[in-house]
Amino acid sequence: MRRAVALPSAARVSPLKAHSRAEPLWLKWSLIGLALFFVVLLLVLPLVTVFYEALRAGISRYGASITDPDALKAIGLTLGVIAIAVPLNTLFGVAAAWLIAKFRFPGRSLLISLIDLPLAVSPVIAGLIYVLLFGRQGVLGLWLEAQNIKIIFATPGIALATTFVTFSFVARELIPVMQSQGREEEEAAVTLGARGWQVFRFVTLPNVKWGLLYGIIMCNARAMGEFGAVSVVSGKIRGLTATVPLQIEMLYNEYNTVSAFAIASLLAALALVTLVVKALLEWRGKLEAKSQS
Amino acid sequence: MVTRALPLPHVRSRARQILPGFGLSLGYTVFYLSFIVLIPLAALVVKASGLAPLEFWTLATSPRVLSGLRVSFSSALVASMLNIPIGLLIAWVLVRYEFPGKRLIDALIDLPFALPTAVAGITLTTLFAKTGWVGNLLEPLGIRVAYTQLGIVLALVFIGLPFAVRSVQPVLEGLGTEVEEAALSLGASWGQTFSRVILPQLLPAILAGFTLAFARTVGEYGSVIFISGNLPFKTEIAPLLIVAQLESYNYAGAAAIAVLMLGLSLILLVLANLAQARASKVVGE
Repeated sequence: MRRAVALPSAARVSPLKAHSRAEPLWLKWSLIGLALFFVVLLLVLPLVTVFYEALRAGISRYGASITDPDALKAIGLTLGVIAIAVPLNTLFGVAAAWLIAKFRFPGRSLLISLIDLPLAVSPVIAGLIYVLLFGRQGVLGLWLEAQNIKIIFATPGIALATTFVTFSFVARELIPVMQSQGREEEEAAVTLGARGWQVFRFVTLPNVKWGLLYGIIMCNARAMGEFGAVSVVSGKIRGLTATVPLQIEMLYNEYNTVSAFAIASLLAALALVTLVVKALLEWRGKLEAKSQS
Repeated sequence: MVTRALPLPHVRSRARQILPGFGLSLGYTVFYLSFIVLIPLAALVVKASGLAPLEFWTLATSPRVLSGLRVSFSSALVASMLNIPIGLLIAWVLVRYEFPGKRLIDALIDLPFALPTAVAGITLTTLFAKTGWVGNLLEPLGIRVAYTQLGIVLALVFIGLPFAVRSVQPVLEGLGTEVEEAALSLGASWGQTFSRVILPQLLPAILAGFTLAFARTVGEYGSVIFISGNLPFKTEIAPLLIVAQLESYNYAGAAAIAVLMLGLSLILLVLANLAQARASKVVGE
């Protein structure tokens, strides 16, 4: 019985005893073995490979690769693009989730489908649409050139393409969380005289903060690594319009694999950080859901 | 407020009037959606329609474009199908069994989602090339992964894996064991119980995972172009053809291939959603 207290999932495990009796032990362990095989082949080995290839030529070579001026410029550009795309999509995600979770109106399900639309568009097409709009041959191309505004083959185009690709992430995470929260608490706050912003800040936000943070983390992860869309709009000018993933591609294509993997290992490390933060957020969320019920 | 202007009989009107921000959030959502997504996509369709129908048809049916579309769609289809059993297996093991390292593996499943596609591309290529750790084990068996369509499928299995696992996992967690135990106690074998009792209940989730994985992988670029080798008529994917058209300044051609790709994948996604709705109906959810 002491175990039942220690393991929160024990309540769910104990009725399974009858089930595991019917399911032979050899089957259980071969299933676990097979699952582990796929996990190691598809996830663990690639991860080990990134760091192995990065450090193969020694730590000083690794240091030189990641402190190369072009690499540093690429990192700066990627950070700049994240600083534009992630806040924009976060603001949109909050507005869209509030709208869809708290109100019923005609066209609501169409709106939900449209919010998901960018996920079904190839990244290359995401880049292409901005080239067609803002490129020299594009709809607004001549006008932009006359105003001396450069969007394609410059930072604004890269930021736009990244924004498109990560468009749905915050909204998608936030909508179900806000929906499950219902409207009663907010309605009570309004009845008691709270203003719109106060309702959001003091009633809604505390309830959805983990979901929001989770969405931002996933949005950020995708934004820092976006490749296809960015490669179409960037023009790949080294040290100027090359983001970190594009820098990796250029180095790899020049057979400079050590440097390519050294920079790739930075992104892989950030991906691991993302996974850790995500696991912590899920754990916090579950803990809070439990304490509330 | 603006909300009053929209008569909605089926809604509790009291609630709609109480909560603030309808007009503001609707306005901002529609504006942002139009600016980032809808208008640029409309520009794509306008550009593609700049081609005369005959020109469009000649381009769409040119052998290289057909081959690119075939490679992209068949690879995504095969990879998403492979991910059904793999995803189900991993989800099953994570939900039903206890073993050391389970939490770690659970967290690792989302790696393909968090790892930039270009990093995945160069890593899988290195791992599965003739000289790579896995590639040199497969070489004596005559299996070549890097620079073949098998490599494309592998990259897409990697990309689609989290969708396949995460769609099934929560449903499996929520599945009570009562029906299962009833089936077992009535004399059904374990295999029968799985295929007749458990699998049908998981079917909508499996189809949802398949659809998400397919939608994500059919246009995938970053992880594929390194491992595919990009041989025309063999391992050249459709997004790469768009890039090639752009590089030769043929914007209308690029737009036409893009519209073709989008149209085809939207049709397939609608079909997949219909199948999913049917499966849910059978389960009675």
